[in-house]
Amino acid sequence: MRLEYFQLIDRIVDINLADRKISTEATVPTTSTIFEGHFPGFPLMPGVLLIEAMAQTSGWLLVAVNRFERMPFLAAVKDAKLRTFVTPGQKVSISATLVHEGSGYAITKASIELDRKSVCDAAITFRIMDFPNSEMRDKMRETAALVGFSTEVPANG
Amino acid sequence: MSSTFDTIANIIAETCDIPRDSIKPESHAINDLGIDSLDFLDIAFAIDKAFGIKLPLEQWTQEVNDGKATTDQYFVLKNLSARIDELVAAKGA
Repeated sequence: MRLEYFQLIDRIVDINLADRKISTEATVPTTSTIFEGHFPGFPLMPGVLLIEAMAQTSGWLLVAVNRFERMPFLAAVKDAKLRTFVTPGQKVSISATLVHEGSGYAITKASIELDRKSVCDAAITFRIMDFPNSEMRDKMRETAALVGFSTEVPANG
Repeated sequence: MSSTFDTIANIIAETCDIPRDSIKPESHAINDLGIDSLDFLDIAFAIDKAFGIKLPLEQWTQEVNDGKATTDQYFVLKNLSARIDELVAAKGA
């Protein structure tokens, strides 16, 4: 994770467009100013950032489904459950499944596991829109390359 | 078997916590019932699932923005019911 850049995903492990699933992984940094406040003497990965990690994982799936032609924007998070603590240095596995692809919106179910134990899960709604400008799409492609997203990745769809 | 309108009204009542008896065929989802675009996504999801269709929300929005249609044509519930019936019929054709 590069928390300072709000990049919560380290690597896309797999995208399966046929099953509309994605799995990613991320390691919580051992140090971050975030942990100075959350919490002093007891550093924990904030739950809202775990939710963001699920949203970003879902987002990459939706970018793949839309062939990088449209952009998902977070619209709603439902039934979010934060089951266990995640601490600095731990490596988590994140997965998401596309539950419904509507007109201009999509809904995923996402979860995070740590050592195969459930950490958190949620149902996430996105608005699917055209990229607001070419700069954003170009930057998204750069970030995509950093996390291992390529046009070849969705080939199993 | 409930009508298309009844199904929609029940979905709206449950999704938006609006009293069922205040939802009429003449009600405008936005202007009368106060449903915003985010809540309408939940309604659209429930309608898509209930009827096995995909409400063309983007197309409708574009038509309204282009002045080719009014919101009444799609968001007055009796009209929305008619649009859904058309989509269901087209799916089965």
